[in-house]
Amino acid sequence: MSATAVDLSAPPVRRRRIRRRGWVFPAYTAVVLAYLFLPIGVMILFGFNNTTSRFNFTWQGFTLRWYRQLFAIPDLVTALKNSIAIAVISTIVATIIGTMIALALTRYRFRGRGATNMFVFLPIATPEVVLGASLLSIFVTMGIQRGLGTILIAHIMFNISYVVVTVKARTQGFNREWEDAAQDLGATPWTAFRTVTFPLIFPGIMAAAILSFALSIDDYVITSFNAGQTLTFPLWVFGSSRIGVPPQVNVMGTLLFAIGVVAALATVVLQRKRLA
Amino acid sequence: MEAALQRPRRVRTPYLLLLPGGAWLLVFYLVPTITMLSVSLQEGSLERGFQLTWHWQTFTDVVGNYSPQFIRSIEYGLIVTALCLLVGYPLAYAIAFRGGRWKNALLFLVILPFFVSFVIRTLSWKFILADEGFVLGPLKHAGIVSSGFRFLATPGAVIGGLAYNFLPFMVLPLYVSLEKLDKSLLEAAEDLYSSKFTSFRKVTLPLSMPGIFAGSLLTFIPVVGDFVNASLLGGVNTTMIGNVIQREFLVNNAYPVAAALSFVLMIGMLVGITVYAKILGTEELTG
Repeated sequence: MSATAVDLSAPPVRRRRIRRRGWVFPAYTAVVLAYLFLPIGVMILFGFNNTTSRFNFTWQGFTLRWYRQLFAIPDLVTALKNSIAIAVISTIVATIIGTMIALALTRYRFRGRGATNMFVFLPIATPEVVLGASLLSIFVTMGIQRGLGTILIAHIMFNISYVVVTVKARTQGFNREWEDAAQDLGATPWTAFRTVTFPLIFPGIMAAAILSFALSIDDYVITSFNAGQTLTFPLWVFGSSRIGVPPQVNVMGTLLFAIGVVAALATVVLQRKRLA
Repeated sequence: MEAALQRPRRVRTPYLLLLPGGAWLLVFYLVPTITMLSVSLQEGSLERGFQLTWHWQTFTDVVGNYSPQFIRSIEYGLIVTALCLLVGYPLAYAIAFRGGRWKNALLFLVILPFFVSFVIRTLSWKFILADEGFVLGPLKHAGIVSSGFRFLATPGAVIGGLAYNFLPFMVLPLYVSLEKLDKSLLEAAEDLYSSKFTSFRKVTLPLSMPGIFAGSLLTFIPVVGDFVNASLLGGVNTTMIGNVIQREFLVNNAYPVAAALSFVLMIGMLVGITVYAKILGTEELTG
C-alpha cells in the first residue's frame, strides 16, 4: 500500500526499472548453466589426465599424451570415421529433401497440406526406441543385411522431419511478393528462386544442416537397432563403458565439441554480416 | 496469357517438391510401423522363422508382464518433465526478461551441451556420481555419508540423468513463448495495480502455455522411451520400457514381443498426446 503512495509522487516506470535489477535471476542463471556444463568440464579435464590404467577415474596429473595418441585405438578411429561419414551424407540428403518439403508446405496451398504437416511431424512425436524398433522390424522381415546402409536410411529418415520444422520456421514469414516481383521483371522462376528466395532462407537451411549433423553424429538409440556389426562413435563409447572408457574418447569428445561451437559461432557471425 | 500457362505447373510443383522426402518417410517410417504391427502378431523363433498367426495374445501378455516397466517409464517421464519445468521456467524467464543484449549468447550456452555426445555426457555423470568418485569419495572419508552409500543404480540417479539431458528441450520452447510475449501487457497489469505475482499468474503464465505444452511434450516423449540413462546410471530396479524393448529385440531376438511392446508404447504416447492437446487446446506444436 505504501508503494502506491510513493508511486504517485515519482514517475512509476523509473521506479519499476530500478526494482527489477535484482541479483536472484542472474545468480540462478549462472547456477543452472554451471550444472549444464559440469559433465562437459569433467570430460575436457579428464582428456588431459595422466592416467596409467584403463580406468580414467582419478586425477593423476596433466598430460597431452592422449592428444598425441588420439588415433591409437584403430576400432575407435573406424567408429569415428563411420560416424562422420554417416553424419555428412545424411545431413546433405536430409537437408535437401527436407527443405523441398518445407518450401512446398509454406509457399503453396494444395490438397493434403494439413495431412502432410501432421505426417512430417509424426517421426518427431514417436519415441526414438520405437523408430529404431520399427525400422529393425522391416529390415528383419525383408532379410536386409544391417550396416552402414541401414544406419544411413534411419538417420536420413529422422533428420528430414527436423529439417522441415527448422526451415519452415524461417520460410513462414517469407514474403512471396519479392519473388513475384523478380518474375515480373523478367526473371525465370528458377532465377527468381536462386537469387531472391534462396539467399533469404539460407540461414534457416544452415541451421537445419547443423542440427541434422549434431543429431546424426550423436545418435545412439536408433543406430543401436540398425547398425548390425558396424560401429559408430556413440556405439563404441557405450560399449567401452563396461570395461573403462579410454581418455581418447574424452579428447575426441572435446574436439567435436570445439568444432561444433566454432561452426555454430561462424554461422551466427555470417548471418550478422549478411544482415549488416 | 503467361499467367494462365503457368497455373497448371504451379499446381504440380508442391507435389514434386514433396515427392522425395515424402516417399522416404512413407517407405522408412510408415511402412516400418505397419511392418512392426505385423511382426507383433507373428509367432516363431529366429531359428524356425516367424509366421503371421494373428497372435493377439502377445499384446495382453506383454502388457501384463511388463506393466511395472511401463508404469515406471511413465512415472519417470512425469517426474522428469515436472523437474525440467521447475528448473527450466525460471531460466527461460530470466533469459527472456532479464537477458538484455546477452539473450542470444545465453540461449547459445543452453544448447551448447548438445555439441557433446549424449552418451559421453551421461557417462560423465556416471563418473561424477561414482561410489568412490570425487563427490561421494571425500564425503565418505569425512564420514558425512556412510561408506555403503550409493547414488548410482538408484531411481534418483536415472531421473537426475534424464532431467539433465532433456532440460534444454524444455527451456527452448519456453524461451520462445516468453520472448514473444507482449511486454506492454505486463506494464498494463502493473498500471492497474496488479501485484507482481498476480500479473505473472494472470498474464505471463497463460501466455506462455504454448511453450509449456511444447516443452513438456519435447521432454516427456523422449524420456519415456529412453534407455541410455537407465542402462548407464541405473540398476536392476530402474529398468525402463526402452531397456526391455532393446533387450527383447537385440539380445533375446524375441521380435514379436519387442514389436508388441513398441507398438503399445507408440499408441499410448499418441493417445496421451492427443488428450493432452485437447485439454490444453493448442495447435502450436505442429504449426
